[in-house]
Amino acid sequence: MRYFFLVVALVCSGPAGAQQWEDRQQFGDPDAPTLLRVLSSTDTALFAPVLNDFVDTVPSVSIDYHVAATAEIDQVVRTSSASFDVVISSAMDLQFKLANDGFAARVDGFEQPEWAQWRSSLFAFTSEPATIVVNREAFAGAAVPRTRQDLIRALRDRPDSFRARVGTYDVRQSGLGYLFATQDARTSETFWRLMEVMGNLDAQLYCCSGAMIEDVASGKIAVAYNVLGSYAMARDDLVDQIEVILPQDFQTIMMRTVLVSSGTPNPEGAATFVRHLLQRGQALSTLSATSLPFLDFTRPPAEQSTIALEPALLTYLDRLKSQRFLAEWEDAIIQ
Amino acid sequence: MTSALRSSTSLRRRLNIVLIGGAAVLALLIFLFVRHYTTQIAQQGQDNILKASVSSILDAAVIRNGTLEIDFPYAALSMLNTASDDRVFYAIYQDGALLSGYEALPPAGSESFNTISRTGRFNDVPVRITSAARRLVTSDGVTVISVAVAQTQDALSLTLAGISRTVAFFGAGFFVMATALSFWASSATIAPLNRLAQSITRRGPQDLSPVQKPVPSEMAPLVASLNTLMGRLDQSLRQSEDFIAEAAHRVRTPLATVRSHAEATLQRVEREENRKALRSMVRAIDESSRAAGQLLDHAMITFRADHLERQSLDLAALLRDLVDRLEPVAEMKDISFKLLAPEEVHVLGDPILLQNAFRNLIDNALKYAPAESVIEVHVTNGASACVEIRDQGAGFPPAQIDELVTRFARGENADGTIGSGLGLTIAQDVAVAHGGTLVLQNREEGGACVTFSL
Ligand SMILES: Nc1ncnc2c1ncn2[C@@H]1O[C@H](COP(=O)(O)OP(=O)(O)OP(=O)(O)O)[C@@H](O)[C@H]1O
Ligand SMILES: [Mg+2]
Repeated sequence: MRYFFLVVALVCSGPAGAQQWEDRQQFGDPDAPTLLRVLSSTDTALFAPVLNDFVDTVPSVSIDYHVAATAEIDQVVRTSSASFDVVISSAMDLQFKLANDGFAARVDGFEQPEWAQWRSSLFAFTSEPATIVVNREAFAGAAVPRTRQDLIRALRDRPDSFRARVGTYDVRQSGLGYLFATQDARTSETFWRLMEVMGNLDAQLYCCSGAMIEDVASGKIAVAYNVLGSYAMARDDLVDQIEVILPQDFQTIMMRTVLVSSGTPNPEGAATFVRHLLQRGQALSTLSATSLPFLDFTRPPAEQSTIALEPALLTYLDRLKSQRFLAEWEDAIIQ
Repeated sequence: MTSALRSSTSLRRRLNIVLIGGAAVLALLIFLFVRHYTTQIAQQGQDNILKASVSSILDAAVIRNGTLEIDFPYAALSMLNTASDDRVFYAIYQDGALLSGYEALPPAGSESFNTISRTGRFNDVPVRITSAARRLVTSDGVTVISVAVAQTQDALSLTLAGISRTVAFFGAGFFVMATALSFWASSATIAPLNRLAQSITRRGPQDLSPVQKPVPSEMAPLVASLNTLMGRLDQSLRQSEDFIAEAAHRVRTPLATVRSHAEATLQRVEREENRKALRSMVRAIDESSRAAGQLLDHAMITFRADHLERQSLDLAALLRDLVDRLEPVAEMKDISFKLLAPEEVHVLGDPILLQNAFRNLIDNALKYAPAESVIEVHVTNGASACVEIRDQGAGFPPAQIDELVTRFARGENADGTIGSGLGLTIAQDVAVAHGGTLVLQNREEGGACVTFSL
């Protein structure tokens, strides 16, 4: 029996160990008796205050924090659910599918409004809009677009100044990018027209919001579409170079979600972490200790704009649907 | 008499068992039926949504430029959102091969084009699976698309638990109400029966009059036969008393005639053996007439004791009068009376009965005491009035003293004396009718002592 566990442990640690993490950091006392392995798509810088707050409150636990892309997170959890205790991701659809497919354990013992959780196993804790980030210099003298329509017009009016200087997510790589794109497409036809216009301008495709923000700030590109607002607004240092725009025609707001892996050997510790995250997050963000926009559970989200935690999230993960969507998207953006 | 009555299960209990048992069965049936019915409705609700989901996926299937496209709407899965966040699984097959969705979820059989809902398991959880299929025509021929959508049943079971609770609550309420009602019904039904029983129990022992109060029609036959039975009883009692009195009376008169003839004949006959025969004849006649007289008295006593009418009377005066009247008989035997009595002793009783009783007792003393003796009659007025009659005879035969009061019982000392054995019986019946006692004793200094206390 013991050998069996050894083999299982080796097999499980195999893919996790071989993984190339975007980032990996330890929080808390390295000699603490319990180690929680957190797999997250959130940049360490943004999440560190929450993690530090946790290890301060519960000194007996230390955290091994791994950062990976949303699609990778999904892969890792599906192949070895025992290798992580807590999974955090911005790709609501992938997280939802994980929970629906039984990869999330129930966490009971606290009140979470209906709209912010699913089956007491998937919990939303932030509210983050998709934004348009523009380089201030590029729009000097011209009106900054407030809607997608404005943006399309601006791009069409000055195609030469925007050629190869517009960027958005590569939805084939980024789970969050795919989620934003599909939700946009669901809401309005404008999305497709914008993609076509961007495609005509030889759009740059990015894996992540951070890179887009950097490039807009540096002036490499002038406009980035569907950038994670929370990341952009966190960059106080770039306030002179970039402007973050919440589109006024319609917004797409994502909720970052957390789940306890069903394979975790330490469900109690993982549940404690989740409870702490949900209960303290709100307080931390009012203290401006973190720039992650934590959910205010007392206020239900605006009807349309926030993506709901519901089975329909499975729709665009369907093989046929995503094939079709990606084909259309490629048609539009890759010229 | 009542304790010997064999009673089967009480009517009230039987009624209660039937009513409450019926109510319980009914409540259970209602519960099961309503739950079954609502379960079906609730299940139908889920099935309908699953059906809509399946058909919206199937409807999205089109052949465009020779390739199959199923661009099903967001709503196809969105509509499956439930309050309990039920898990959702689906699978899309083309000609039996999985196109997309969850592999282990097979459709109900691709040849079935009707929508089918069934309960099954998927990934080790119980689910409701709805599936349907559709034929599409391509340039190469016909292809069959089948779709299965499955959903866990958490919301449904929650609804059902709620329904079960409510229905159980109503069932229990119904049962409690029905139970209260059945108690009320049974006591209302039994009440007239109890009233009848009470009214009959409250009657005096001699009241054999028919029941007059109205009774429920179901009880009418019973009460009617009870009334006839009592009527017959009353009549036959009266008849037998009348008969005894009449018979005794009829016997006594001719006996008196016969006796006077025999006496007269005795004066005239000389021969000793004839005289002896005549004497024993006279004696037999005396016995018979005494018996007839006592029987008549006994019948009268029984009747009056049953319909006892008490009146205030002076016991001392009654005995004084009695002693006076018996004085001549006593003188014939040289016996003297010694009456010790207070001025007045007031009691409530039937004077005729009391007189008869004391006459029998004094008569006994006269009969069984020797000549030239004294009979003491002692009246006292203590907690209860008491009369003691003492003689100076041989006393009661000790071996028989307990049986002498029974009917027709005579002691061994009675040989040669005329009597019927009813005297003490009469005295005791009178004492008992008045709620008193009769005690026979032999005195230490000799002689019988009878104590009659009221
Ligand atoms: N005073 C008494 N002394 C002795 N024996 C008595 C006395 N009184 C009654 N007995 C006995 O008790 C018996 C029953 O008495 P009871 O008066 O019932 O009958 P009886 O005198 O024989 O007949 P009758 O009915 O004519 O009075 C008598 O036969 C007698 O043997
Ligand atoms: Mg006598």
